[in-house]
Amino acid sequence: MAEKLVIIGNGMAPGRMLERLFEIAPDQYEVTIFNAESRVNYDRILLSPVLSGEKAFEEIIIHGDGWYVERGIMLYKSHKVVEIDRAKRTVRSEHGEVAPYDKLVIATGSVPIVIPVPGHNLAGVLTYRDLDDVHAMLLAAKGRGHAVVIGGGLLGLEAAAGLQMQGMTVTVIHLMPTLMERQLDSSAGYLLKKALEDRGIRVLTGANTKEITGNGKVEAVRLEDGTEIPADLVVMAVGIRPNAQMAKEAGLTVNRGIVVNDQMQTSDERIYALGECAEINSTCYGLVAPLYQMAGVAAAHLGGDTTQHFVASQTATRLKVTGIDLYSVGDFAEGDDREEIVLRDATAGIYKRLILKDDRVVGAVMYGEASDGPWFFDLMKSATDISEMRDTLIFGQAYQGGAALDPMAAVAALPDEAEICGCNGICKGQITSAVTLKGITTLDGVRAQTKASASCGSCTGLVEQLLSLSLGGDYNPAAVQPMCNCTDLGHDDVRRLIKAKELKTIPAIMQELHWTTSGGCAKCRPALNYYLVCNWPGEYADDYQSRFINERVHANIQKDGTYSVVPRMWGGMTSAKELRAIADVVDKFNIPAVKVTGGQRIDMLGITKEDLPAVWADLGLAGFVSGHAYAKGLRTVKTCVGTDWCRFGTQDSTGLGIRIEKFMWGSWTPAKVKMAVSGCPRNCSEATCKDVGVVCVDSGFDIHFAGAAGLDIKGTEILGHVETEDEALEHIVALVQMYREQARYLERIYKWTKRVGVEEIRRQIMGDVEKRRAYFDRFVYSQKFAQVDPWSERVSGKDKHEFQPMATISLEAAQ
Amino acid sequence: MSVMTMDWVRVGGLSDIPRQGSRRIAAGHMTIAVFRTDDDRVFALEDKCPHKNGPLSQGIVHGDCVTCPLHNWVIALDTGEACGADEGKVARFPVRLDGDDIFLSFPSGEGR
Ligand code: SRM
Ligand SMILES: Cc1cc2nc3c(=O)[nH]c(=O)nc-3n(C[C@H](O)[C@H](O)[C@H](O)COP(=O)(O)OP(=O)(O)OC[C@H]3O[C@@H](n4cnc5c(N)ncnc54)[C@H](O)[C@@H]3O)c2cc1C
Ligand code: SF4
Ligand code: FES
Repeated sequence: MAEKLVIIGNGMAPGRMLERLFEIAPDQYEVTIFNAESRVNYDRILLSPVLSGEKAFEEIIIHGDGWYVERGIMLYKSHKVVEIDRAKRTVRSEHGEVAPYDKLVIATGSVPIVIPVPGHNLAGVLTYRDLDDVHAMLLAAKGRGHAVVIGGGLLGLEAAAGLQMQGMTVTVIHLMPTLMERQLDSSAGYLLKKALEDRGIRVLTGANTKEITGNGKVEAVRLEDGTEIPADLVVMAVGIRPNAQMAKEAGLTVNRGIVVNDQMQTSDERIYALGECAEINSTCYGLVAPLYQMAGVAAAHLGGDTTQHFVASQTATRLKVTGIDLYSVGDFAEGDDREEIVLRDATAGIYKRLILKDDRVVGAVMYGEASDGPWFFDLMKSATDISEMRDTLIFGQAYQGGAALDPMAAVAALPDEAEICGCNGICKGQITSAVTLKGITTLDGVRAQTKASASCGSCTGLVEQLLSLSLGGDYNPAAVQPMCNCTDLGHDDVRRLIKAKELKTIPAIMQELHWTTSGGCAKCRPALNYYLVCNWPGEYADDYQSRFINERVHANIQKDGTYSVVPRMWGGMTSAKELRAIADVVDKFNIPAVKVTGGQRIDMLGITKEDLPAVWADLGLAGFVSGHAYAKGLRTVKTCVGTDWCRFGTQDSTGLGIRIEKFMWGSWTPAKVKMAVSGCPRNCSEATCKDVGVVCVDSGFDIHFAGAAGLDIKGTEILGHVETEDEALEHIVALVQMYREQARYLERIYKWTKRVGVEEIRRQIMGDVEKRRAYFDRFVYSQKFAQVDPWSERVSGKDKHEFQPMATISLEAAQ
Repeated sequence: MSVMTMDWVRVGGLSDIPRQGSRRIAAGHMTIAVFRTDDDRVFALEDKCPHKNGPLSQGIVHGDCVTCPLHNWVIALDTGEACGADEGKVARFPVRLDGDDIFLSFPSGEGR
């Protein structure tokens, strides 16, 4: 029978341990995890890109829910463990869940330190540790306003940069004279400070916080010297403390962290500790590389291999702030027995310093240009005697041995043991052998096989260089995913070439762009058809044979081959007359099911194909047109009752929704487009998870976009604020046209946005009046041809062949 | 009626089916899908995907294949077999083209 393994904490360390354990001993344990956080395991290192808006939370998930299900792991989310009973061998969560264990792993991470100055518990004072903190910061950032970050270390600076990118005015308060003093020397610290100040972040060094003031909620931070800094948000990032309290209460040996031997066992041999909460050889670690090493050792031990031991190693530091390149490793204190080599290039803002001892590198700090970091680190680890190359050492690897100044050559020259990915401890040899042995050709492939570049991502460039070295011409870092097996071209190239070469039919595209199949396939043809419809409105004759059945017959196919019919109900409004007409149609055609959809309208399901035209004819008499519930096109514009009825409504949300829907219906888009208009920020029409949403406020209209609530869930981004309905319509139409012209087929707005960037879209739609008008005009022009009700066309005989069998024969007659 | 000589049944004309398209034939309890490729070849399969009975006549025709509209299995028109990793086979009917006329033949006993 499987032994019971219980894990407390579901952070990065135990996540890695489980991966290894399931490789070594997939069936040995029945695993139960308790996590205080309400979510699956994610890459904590990448919280800063989520804060700055450069990544979405979904992109930093390490193990999705499915991963646990597949391995039969019971994951209790939002279950903080409050007690370990070593006598009974059970743990208990705060909700009273009790789990027995044969082996227990404590991986509770750290708790952020809060300086107990007066006011530290006011609302608006946060720490920076998990996604909840990021959400709280993002919420605070909505109001723009002032943020004060206390602590100028790695975390504090990442928080500061993120908050600034979210539009806040940011001040960093740092106690020491230079920033990141534990990783940087004062010169690099100075350059870093300057770079941050150039971005508009105020940096106060040598500053001691005296109190945080405010009435119920933070209003200002007061320094020892009397300076007062206004603050709507205060983030404390002054350090972490191993989270070892519970282990202590359970009677385990605890020092600063939970004391473990070099096989990760605590003073109770059934209980392991790993991650930031563990203390090994009097050291607690706070970077993932050593934690991952602990994870490997613990997994091996749990799997029965007692030969592995944790060996302390150094790790390099990089700051993950876009546009700031810095690297530091080793020991760079000055000393009588040490020498240093320094390179400064003031104009380029570059500073490099190597610390040598007995002709060996013992430390390196680099600012502005850090690509040689791993090479220096490697020289340091291998304790290479550098006396031969001392004169040119600081210029980096490319200068050595007369080699050309070529980054490729530099990578090529790295020995196999050179570490490429610091987070995961992956060296060059592991990557190149994975590439050659497993036939990997993409960055994602390397990530999946070796984990290199899969954590903080700062080694991505190196991994790509390794790929091109190993694969030669076969690897193109910018390699695009071909549209399908019929071509090597990606969607973007095809779209570009259709325009540039004025290709106006599917066969022309296939001919000119060297399609390798004669008639394309079910993947490329619908895409090409859309690109042509979008590019050449009024000229291109839609190729219905290249459309998916739903768009060919303007109804949704069901699992039994019948169809469903959803007429438009503009903005979700209907009337007795419309409802009566629907009721009559349902009776007349014996329609088996009628349903109110999630899109504020009515679906009639189970209609035979032959009946469709007649159903549409009757609906048409009552004034209904197609709801395009089947289309990669405009679907619904949901509304709330707004000023017409609601006591909170600030604008006529229903009216605006109807106006948008009437303006935009019939347009084809790369993927479906769903919109909503809410009358006030209570947001009853759920505008903030739509492709495009409007939230009305007293002063006008907040336009949102790039939300999702289907396969992915994502809140919207803000496009901007406008004052009038006319402006709202113009901006929305322009945004959708930009999307129509740029996105890849089947790419929803939120995915397209992720690719081109929120800023770029805002710049074009909010910032550039001419561009916006041009998009708007192009949309209006294409609507001249698109806004034709497909149902009434078919009622009057179009595509008759679609709806009738070609023949009805009696099989008897055939024999 | 000369029942005995009706080996081949005319089911329609080539121009009744769009290129890279399909039409259905109601044959008692069975529906047959007749496909026309881009280069005017004609194939007939039972209108019933081997996966979950999806109506193949509603799929996209490309090359010698049709992609089922329900879950995208690709079926070879000439053999009725599923392509790629999927496994399954759908009944197939011989087709004869005579000028514009399309004739199908039914093995005896089929469809009773
Ligand atoms: C009828 C309806 C469910 C209902 O009973 O309420 C529905 C039914 C279908 N949805 Fe939906 N979706 C319906 C609202 C939604 C919503 C809610 C909304 O629109 O507010 C969502 C989440 C919002 C979103 O899209 O982000 C939704 C997310 C999806 C998705 C996931 C899309 C994605 O990119 O994440 C699919 C799959 C797809 O499109 O590939 C899908 C696909 C489908 C399909 C078309 C499946 C299919 O391919 O056959 C279903 C067609 C049933 C039919 O024949 O009518 N449906 N579907 C809703 C019709 C709304 C309407 O009036 O037009
Ligand atoms: C913003 C940020 C940026 C960082 N950047 C880097 C970087 O660039 N490079 C680097 O190497 N490292 C970086 N780190 C540090 C790195 O993320 C941590 O070292 C690592 O995540 C620690 O892993 P862990 O498993 O020990 O703990 P954690 O990942 O903190 O996980 C501990 C989990 O245990 C849960 N828990 C705690 N107590 C209990 C309980 N009683 N019951 C149940 N669950 C409990 C917690 O809620 C938490 O989810 C960064 C950290 C942060 C916050
Ligand atoms: S959620 Fe949507 S796609 Fe899934 S079964 Fe329901 S209607 Fe169909
Ligand atoms: S029924 Fe044809 S693919 Fe599923």
